[in-house]
Amino acid sequence: MDEGQVHNKKVKALEPRRFPGDNAGQHHRSQQGLAEKIYMLTILFDGIAYGMLLFILACGLTVTLGLMNFINLAHGAFAMAGGYVTVVMMNRYGISFYWCLPAAFLVSALIGLVLERTLYQWLYQASHLDQVLFSIGIVFMAIAATDYFMGGQQQLINLPPELSGRMDVFGVGVGRYRLFTIVVCAALALALQLILSKTRFGSRLRAAVDDRRVAMGLGINVPLVFALTFAFGSGLAGLGGAMGAEILGLDPNFPLKFMIYFLIVVSVGGTSTVSGPFLAALLLGIADVAGKYYVPAIGPFVIYALMIVMLIVRPNGLFSRGGR
Amino acid sequence: MSVLPQETTVSANSSTAAAETRAAKLMKRRSRIRFYEIIVWIAAIAAYFLLPSKMLILTEIAILALFAVSLDLVLGFAGIVSLGHTAFFGLGAYVAGLMAQHYFAEPVTGLIVAGVASGVLGLLTSFLILRGSDLTRLMTTLGIGLMMAEVANQMAWLTGGADGLSGFSPGPILGMFEFDLFGKVGYLYCVGVLFIGTMIMRRIAFSPFGLSLKAIKGNSMRSAMVAVPARKRIVTAYTVAAVFAGMAGALLTQTTAFVSPDVLAFHRSADVLLVLVIGGTGYLYGGIFGAILFTLVKDWLSVITPQYWMFYIGMLLVILVLIGRDRLSRWVEYLPERLSKKEDR
Repeated sequence: MDEGQVHNKKVKALEPRRFPGDNAGQHHRSQQGLAEKIYMLTILFDGIAYGMLLFILACGLTVTLGLMNFINLAHGAFAMAGGYVTVVMMNRYGISFYWCLPAAFLVSALIGLVLERTLYQWLYQASHLDQVLFSIGIVFMAIAATDYFMGGQQQLINLPPELSGRMDVFGVGVGRYRLFTIVVCAALALALQLILSKTRFGSRLRAAVDDRRVAMGLGINVPLVFALTFAFGSGLAGLGGAMGAEILGLDPNFPLKFMIYFLIVVSVGGTSTVSGPFLAALLLGIADVAGKYYVPAIGPFVIYALMIVMLIVRPNGLFSRGGR
Repeated sequence: MSVLPQETTVSANSSTAAAETRAAKLMKRRSRIRFYEIIVWIAAIAAYFLLPSKMLILTEIAILALFAVSLDLVLGFAGIVSLGHTAFFGLGAYVAGLMAQHYFAEPVTGLIVAGVASGVLGLLTSFLILRGSDLTRLMTTLGIGLMMAEVANQMAWLTGGADGLSGFSPGPILGMFEFDLFGKVGYLYCVGVLFIGTMIMRRIAFSPFGLSLKAIKGNSMRSAMVAVPARKRIVTAYTVAAVFAGMAGALLTQTTAFVSPDVLAFHRSADVLLVLVIGGTGYLYGGIFGAILFTLVKDWLSVITPQYWMFYIGMLLVILVLIGRDRLSRWVEYLPERLSKKEDR
């Protein structure tokens, strides 16, 4: 390709439609198509990272719902706790980001365990209205308390240098931190799947989800299984909150802002498998990111449109086995 | 009841007739005007004369009460837990504001138009809440509420975006009564609308229709077996509730001459649920009692901690649920049920 051809192409680039059969024009168009494809891949990548985060945030909720039929709208509050643990540790005490993640998990899991034993366990048999009211109350308290202690502003964290910025993978701009998120979340999802399907605890949990009474009859300590699962789910939410502080943002309204996302993930994905919510979260993440990139004017409505379409097509969830 | 078993057909006929009279009697007893209802309305009028300096907060109570009563029709009768009832409230508020700004400043017209607009939204969205389980319904109602808030935010050219809608003043009610500075006319207007609205909803709720809603709430499959068309009934109830929620929103706009995007905020949906929890669900007046208590508590809290009252509202919710809300709202049952015992004959 010599100088003249390049020049020629530039001219064609200005008026690509005037010579539809022209070779150079076609070449240009294919290159434009390539750029678009790369752009699309970047968005897809961001969407996957976002969706993976949503999965980590919401998967605890699917178990709570599936196992105890408890609608815990306060799930986001545990995620927020994890996020703020990270912010405090990093910004006040200068602890490394990598240590903050397990700490966020542990603190949120501990809060979850304590709240489950003291408050939640009394409401397993209550009506859904009671559970909704109770968990909204928890959300309000968490929001006001966070506002009181940390202030209402958006919290920022400084990622370690090796995680910030973008790198080029075959021409696709890949955010390092998003890659990190995808790797960690995928590993977690895989681990969850393995724990659920291969370990004794996993089979106990699955038995309890399928039929609580029979599981208790077989000698499975369902309340213990549930307390541990609740703590683990809260811990995962906390981890998600810590990792999402960079991508999702973190302020006291976090639990309210993401409540609808959690609900969509859980009701689209169903509560009987890990893969259901996982795919639902990926779908939601990609749709949300793509919507905000491609159609910024109506971007915020993409998730609601998705929700309504899902309700019309599969009211019992995408992956449900028949209506329940 | 002195039906002798002479012949099977006769006895069948007369026992049907007896059952019918018994059912009619039961329905009448259910819908009889209770003692506390009269007290409520007398108190509402008395407040006008006794508390002239508290008109604004009383108006706020009346508006919240209408909003809560409309939710009770959905929650207490049809058993649908809605997290997005404020979508209708907010739509009504914006429609009333836009009516006053661009077309017609007369409040009653604005009220009716707002009610119709919200009713249309209620009718459209009611088909979505028919699907799926409780969880899906929570998602749908919450999503619709958030979507309306987002619409109001995005259509800034129409709604004023985050600044809200202002710069209009509602004209005199029916061309006769001008809104005054102290909110006296506004209060009477709101109480009037609340009264009419409550009476209409009361008529609906204590009719066989309302009873069938309660049957659906109890068990929609079994109610279908006794030929109650659950879907149709829920659509109707949801639409009617949306109409009155929209009217409550319109009242707020007209008495404050301002629409803030806050009318569509999530906390309003949660507040109105809390109102019903305080007052009790399933008998409509819970909305009114709850609105009085809630507004007083919120007013008191926002004086003590202007910024963090949300914490205490949340704590109230948690405590109420843990104590057991039916235990709290059972106090109504201890009130005298009828004015005189003789009426029963």
